This record gives sequence, structure tokens and C-alpha cells, in this order.
Amino acid sequence: MMGTQSIAFRNPPWIISAASVVGQKEGEGPLGSYFDVISEDPMFGGTSWEDAESRMMKLAVEQAINKSGLSKEKIRYLVGGDLLGQLIATFFGVEALSIPMFGVYGACSTMGESLGFASVLVDGGYADTALAVTSSHFAGAEKQFRFPLAYGNQRPLAATWTVTGSGALIVSRTRAGAKDSETKSGEHDVRVIGMTPGRIVDYGVKDSMNMGACMAPAACDTIAANLRDFGVKPDYYDKIITGDLGYVGQEIVIALLKEKGYDIKDRHLDCGILIYDREVQDTHSGGSGCGCSAVTLAGYLLRQLRTGKWKRILFVPTGALLSPVSFNEGNPVPGIAHAVMLEAV
Amino acid sequence: MEKEKQVKEVLSAKNKTERDQKYNEYVKQVTPKHSCLKNTCNAFWTGGIICTIGQGLTYLYMSFGLDKENAVLYQIISLVFLSVLFTGLNLYPRIAKVAGAGSVVPITGFANSVAAPAIEYQKEGQVFGIGCKIFTIAGPVILYGIVSSWILGLIYYVLGLLGIV
Repeated sequence: MMGTQSIAFRNPPWIISAASVVGQKEGEGPLGSYFDVISEDPMFGGTSWEDAESRMMKLAVEQAINKSGLSKEKIRYLVGGDLLGQLIATFFGVEALSIPMFGVYGACSTMGESLGFASVLVDGGYADTALAVTSSHFAGAEKQFRFPLAYGNQRPLAATWTVTGSGALIVSRTRAGAKDSETKSGEHDVRVIGMTPGRIVDYGVKDSMNMGACMAPAACDTIAANLRDFGVKPDYYDKIITGDLGYVGQEIVIALLKEKGYDIKDRHLDCGILIYDREVQDTHSGGSGCGCSAVTLAGYLLRQLRTGKWKRILFVPTGALLSPVSFNEGNPVPGIAHAVMLEAV
Repeated sequence: MEKEKQVKEVLSAKNKTERDQKYNEYVKQVTPKHSCLKNTCNAFWTGGIICTIGQGLTYLYMSFGLDKENAVLYQIISLVFLSVLFTGLNLYPRIAKVAGAGSVVPITGFANSVAAPAIEYQKEGQVFGIGCKIFTIAGPVILYGIVSSWILGLIYYVLGLLGIV
């Protein structure tokens, strides 16, 4: 335990494998070359959007297991989640793999929650290896939270574009095998050194089409808690990377943290901003969804750590807590953010 | 500088109500908005084009020898058909992105709002999918359209009894 809400792992789990599966739009984005599988078929061979997301997640899990060189029986637990009601994308997606599993929900922050929880299981000695996976699908999310796809309406400029993608990571107790099939010789191994589970933070924003503003206070709270709990300054990290705050949320989180005495402007990145080119791809404020931070981590961020470009990062996926019901009943949209500390060794 | 002051006020607010209010004011400042003038102009010309097509169709059908009432009926059917066709081809959302209210207000917008759920929920079955959800967007328009026409009818009736109309 560190400080008031953080965890410093005694035996930091090693990330032995990572896989990312994305849709065509993400593949055409600036990070396209970092993803393992880019599917031109938005249905992933399935019959409905929900089925498509399940197939995409299954593909990501299988890719991660293949890259690790382990058999699937060696994966002791799977920790996964998505955005669809009752986590159906996850449950139907991993059903056939029959790995003992935990379903987790943290809206778009789920990758932080699942990776952190998998690391807790491994560090605590309850598992040799654990797999963390999340996904989101643009069409499934639009159908559930907004309008049918073919309905004609205008999206606000602060709105984000749900990423079609699934990212899976395997954490292990032992360093052996920490280089997966893609790691080149001389590259670094990556381990999870700590985490800061977030609190729910509600600043009373009711606009679900401006999720960056809903989630920025939560990101600020978690980042400040992490720095405080570990007694470090922002320069302890090469990069502090939020999940899907987008352009609007980025401006807010930097301003809020500056006012609290932490200047992160020169080292802040946001997965939602990284994943699309907003000028060419018409994505307004950026990407969002569980898949956004998951595929950016599994594809791009880990690569930067492995090549040694960055030594240490704070990965802070952010989630907006709402359902179509809570929104219609006039509730605000609180945010939550979970921070995971990754280090290249 | 104005924004910095607002951030200070958010974090130094005495209670949650004040903080939330200050934060929402600040969010309003940093959130980009569509240009109202540009949107209005786009809605004007796109809506105008749709209505002009409708008028052209009416004249066309009248030139086939239909009386005006029947020509208008055929015109409406044609526009609804075109809208549903464009919805099915996924072209309507692209038009709506530029047009805004210009493509929502004419009858083509109503047709789109019925066709889109029909396509989306078809996977959930004929009854619980299409049957239950086809009017998820258009439903309120139908319900409150009927209610308001009923109220207007009542007013018309009362005014008639009073000999005003």
C-alpha cells in the first residue's frame, strides 16, 4: 500500500504479451502500423454489432496468447470488460476459451481496471499469469448510447468517436518470456510497478456528448493522488497518458492539475488524440471507448517502452459513468480514472 | 487569463453546488461549438433543395394529368421512398451531417428516423426488434403531434361555438 489509495507492487508483474485488433478507421489512423490485426470487415464475420465485438475480443485474446508462446491453459485468470450492457461482448467473446474469468466495468477506464486487477492477482501470488482485455465497437456503442447508425444527425464538436478495437495484455510473475514474438533483441522488458485505483468524481456535468469535460476532473484526481501517494513529481514519468479525454478534456486536465501545483503539459498524451487524425478522419474531439486506451497501450505505448524511447509512463484510462437510463433521468455524468504505472527494464 | 481565473474558482469553491456551477461555466468556455450562422445557412439551402425537389415532383405528376391533391400525395410517397433508399445506402447521415435541421424537418427526416431503427434493430427480431423499436425516434413526434392536433381541434371547436370562426 502506498499513501491513501495506491498500490506499489512487491513483485512487479511482467507484461509478456500484448495484442491489438482494430477496425478499418483505426487502421487508417496515425497509429495504424502498430496494430496486430486491422479488420476491413466491421462485422468481423459476425451477424450483429454485438457479435462483431465479441469476435474481435476473442481474436485479441487469441493473438495475445499466441504471441506469448503459452498454451491457453497456462492463463490462470482472465479479467475483461466492455461497454455493452451486462458485458455481453466480453462474456460471449471469451466463453469458448473457457478461462476462469472476472468481468469488470469502468466504462472507458476498464483497461486500467482490468490490467491493474490482473497485476494484483499476479503480484499477490494468486496467479502465475493473468490476461487483461477490453473492447469497444463504434456501431455497438452508438446503438446502445446514442442513435441507430443510419439516423441522420449532427455530432457536436466536443463529441468523441468510439474506437472499434480490442486490446489484450498478459502479465506474468516470471520475467522469462517477457519478450513476446515481436520483441527484437536488445529491447526492454516492461513491468507493472504500481497502480492507483480511482475514485468517482462528479463535477455536475450533464452533457454526455462532452465526455472529456465529464472525465477530466476524475483524471486530475487520480493523477494527483498517484503523484502524492508515491511522493514524486510529474517528471518521474516520461509520459502521463490519459485514455480518452480528447482535445477538450486535455485542456481541462492540464489546467486543473496546474492549479493543483502539478505541471504535466510537456508530458501529457491522450490515447483519444493519438489514435485518429481529426482533420482527415472527422473525429471531432478524438477517440473514446474501452478499446481506445486498450489498443493504444497494446500497440503504440508498449512499443515506445520496449524500444527504450520512454522509461516510465503513467497510463490513466478515463471512464464516463452513465447509462441511457441515468442520462434520461437527468443525472450528471461522473467520471472515474484508474492509473497504472509501467516501467521499461 | 480568464480561463485560469475560472479554474482557480472551481478548485477554491466552498461547496459542491458552487464548484459544479463554476466548473460548468468553465467547460462552456473551453468547449468548441458549431457556428450557428453556418448551420442555419446550411439548413436553409439543403432544406430548400429538398422542398424544391418536392415541388418539382408535384408539378411533374400534375403534368401527367393528376389533380393537385393526388399529385401532392404521390410527391410525398416519392420523397419518403427516396429518403428510405438513401438511409439504406447510408447516404442520409452524410447529408444530415451538413444539412442539420435542413434534412430533419422535411418529411424525408421523418422517414429517415423510422427507417434507421428498422435497419438497426432488425437483428433483434420482427416483433421485439423492428416491431417494438421502429418508432424509438419518431414515436414522440407522432404522440405529441396527435396530442397537439387534438388540442388545436378543441380550440377550433370552441371558437366555432362562440361564432368566432
